[in-house]
Amino acid sequence: MTSLGIVGYGAYVPRFRISVEEIARVWGEDAETIKNGLGVQEKSVPDKDEDTITIAVEAGKNALARAGISPRTVGALYVGSESHPYAVKPSGTVVGEALDLGTDLMVADFEFACKAGTAAMQCCYGLVKAGVIDYGLAIGADTSQGRPGDMLEYTASAGGAAFVIGKDPLAELETTCSYTTDTSDFWRREGADYPSHGARFTGKPAYFHHVTQATQLLLGKLGLKPADFTAAVFHMPNGKFPTAAAAGLGFTPAQLERSLVVRRIGNTYSGSSLLGLTNVLDAAKPGDRILLTSYGSGAGSDAFSFLVTDRIIERRDKAPATEAYIQDKQHIDYGTYVRLRRKLKV
Amino acid sequence: MNVAVVGGGATKMGEHWTQSLRDLSTEAGAKALQDAGIEGKDIEALFIGTMSSGRFIGQEHLGALAVDEAGLTPIPATRCEGACASGSLAFRKAYLAIRSGEYDIVMAAGGEKMTDIKGPEAISALMGAGDQEWESSAGLTFSGLYAMMARAYMKRYGLTREELALVPIKNHFHGLKNPLAQFQFPVTVKQVMESALIADPLRLLDCSPITDGAAAVILVSDRVAKRFKNPMWILGSGQASDTLALHNRKSLTEIPSSRIAAEKAYAQAGVSPGKIDVAEVHDCFSIEEILAYEDLGFAERGKGKDLLVNKETYVGGRLPVNTDGGLKLGHPVGATGIKQIIEIMRQLRGDAYTQVKGARIGLAHNIGGSGATALVHIFGTEPGGRHG
Amino acid sequence: MVESVPLSWRLQRQRYNLIGTRCATCDERFFPPRNFCPSCRRKGKIEPFQFSGRGSVESFTVIRVAPSGFESQTPYAVGIIKLDEGTSISGQIVGDVTRVEMGKRVRPVFRRIREDGKEGVIHYGVKWALEG
Repeated sequence: MTSLGIVGYGAYVPRFRISVEEIARVWGEDAETIKNGLGVQEKSVPDKDEDTITIAVEAGKNALARAGISPRTVGALYVGSESHPYAVKPSGTVVGEALDLGTDLMVADFEFACKAGTAAMQCCYGLVKAGVIDYGLAIGADTSQGRPGDMLEYTASAGGAAFVIGKDPLAELETTCSYTTDTSDFWRREGADYPSHGARFTGKPAYFHHVTQATQLLLGKLGLKPADFTAAVFHMPNGKFPTAAAAGLGFTPAQLERSLVVRRIGNTYSGSSLLGLTNVLDAAKPGDRILLTSYGSGAGSDAFSFLVTDRIIERRDKAPATEAYIQDKQHIDYGTYVRLRRKLKV
Repeated sequence: MNVAVVGGGATKMGEHWTQSLRDLSTEAGAKALQDAGIEGKDIEALFIGTMSSGRFIGQEHLGALAVDEAGLTPIPATRCEGACASGSLAFRKAYLAIRSGEYDIVMAAGGEKMTDIKGPEAISALMGAGDQEWESSAGLTFSGLYAMMARAYMKRYGLTREELALVPIKNHFHGLKNPLAQFQFPVTVKQVMESALIADPLRLLDCSPITDGAAAVILVSDRVAKRFKNPMWILGSGQASDTLALHNRKSLTEIPSSRIAAEKAYAQAGVSPGKIDVAEVHDCFSIEEILAYEDLGFAERGKGKDLLVNKETYVGGRLPVNTDGGLKLGHPVGATGIKQIIEIMRQLRGDAYTQVKGARIGLAHNIGGSGATALVHIFGTEPGGRHG
Repeated sequence: MVESVPLSWRLQRQRYNLIGTRCATCDERFFPPRNFCPSCRRKGKIEPFQFSGRGSVESFTVIRVAPSGFESQTPYAVGIIKLDEGTSISGQIVGDVTRVEMGKRVRPVFRRIREDGKEGVIHYGVKWALEG
């Protein structure tokens, strides 16, 4: 059986950052307490002309560059986000045409809170494995919004990652599975500007339960244990949840360390666990085994196991590293942030 | 066939809240007729320039509107559009119509009512003179296009920001005695440098204003010219075109269409740039007056600023330019070309508000867009040039 | 600026993918595309040509007073970009306006051009970012 998996990957993070100190200053909160509580120092903010579609295009360009394939050989494009610019009209049609994927193309937009991107990967994997398409492009991207003054405002950020799924991978997808229940821990109603959440209910019965169950399901299917993985990536709503989930499952801090981009860019929602994965792949060696478990409120987790191949060596440098985007930054004040995120009524 | 300008009139340049384009064009036309000493019934045809009446006031079909309001139906009336050069385009069409032998007495007019819409809409309407698909979609403005020319010129020739300010300083000074000017106050280098940035490096006092206004002149054939006092003769008329978009030009530091239109006008008139006694040039933005000096042959490339530094283009200097204050003191885009010609007419007649002593040959230079259209006219107190 | 759905849609190959044209007779490249070679006239043979979008800043300005539809974006930098494959094009230069300089290298980025109010269509296309 031919090996299938990630043929190319690409990251994109907007340049602007706002620090926890700056947000805390405005709301009269203690920045140190929040930074310690959330494990986040600062978060990314999109420019005034950036949105989920533009982020998806930039990440997609990088994924195609690493894959080294003709864009026209991509047979399916799925864009996962909870901040699609249109309520009706797909992001994917714009992204597909901007990436020159041609017209012989299956397209749909996905929404599953923060795990729409990994759901897109699963669909691409299924289509490739079934032999329906040669390559699929899965993208998770968001420009998420937190209500001003809400704790979410310290973490809700912008970014995205894209994956070309197909044959001759740089990371073979060993298997994937999901754990899904109806659990309303976080939601946004049609037309609402900001999401609502269940505060502490988002923790144990939601994030931790689903991430743990999905991961254990995957480990059971593959007959693997945490020690068999070089690195693990979990969805990062903040810096604390993935650390606690990893520890509960028996992963060490060293296995998790490289994935924790949340500390410096915040929670990029559909891009969150995926940007953790791109950062891990940027430093991966052939033979490394990587665990990825996403989480989407509502609720569900998708777990994946990847086995890095020799191809990583020749493809890695064909597009900018995740770290390059994280380090290319410009800090803004809260006023600029409010303007850029259009929180002012004008 | 020689053609002469025998009268002209313009409204005050400014924000005319109580007057419509109909009112303004009728006022200018009546002033022109009175100045020429003729009646409306003497006019055989009308050419009127307007750039964007459709965007500014929703009104097209300006030719018919103007003759209707003036009670001149059924004479033929034609609208001419060449962006900010629409006025001199109408003038040239009137000149050519007389030269064709069809008419002896024709009115050329121009008008624009720009203040009925808000600033951003007016800026957007003016950008209709640029390339919509790439210049306008990039958020460019005309101040932005000329700013890019200014920046390129400053880098290439070492023009300083302070030297660029000498253009509005001169033109504000010249306009002090012009009762029709939109502004009548002097400005200093410091005031220019401290005025608001509009499009770096251009500041508010580098930019022509949003203006309501109209202007009209009467052109006649040499068959009837002897009936008029002080005819001003058209010695040369040149028109040239270039790419619509600035990004398609080979150079950002010249306007080739100005140079080519001027070469045609000089050749027809049989005069050289050195013979010009007074000129009106298209100073829509400060940099354009310096480019015009060079394109029109008044100065070598890169040396345009010397005319300002040495005050050669002030009244009293070797070649006074924009003696009424230029576009800086009013730029109702469709009317501007006609307004310039009226100033040259007054200078050659000897009744200008700021008179150049003994002016006998004058030049008017009007451009549309960032130089996609350019017209140059040369006038004299005596008939001349080749008009066969 | 007049934008409409069909007007914008017709330009997508240019604005999204930087597809211009080239005259096979004289090898002159056109962006935005021309469908008639001004030099070769009827002897010209026009074919599609893919531009990389890479180039340098020929000149630029920072717009402080914007036309309608762009008011909320000020200040923004706009430049004339000299494309590596020949010819130049107007475009916005994203990022810190104080870092833009004549001659600097730029690469293409995909951004929102403008939106038709809160309920209208969003127009996307190429802008440029400084390299490095």
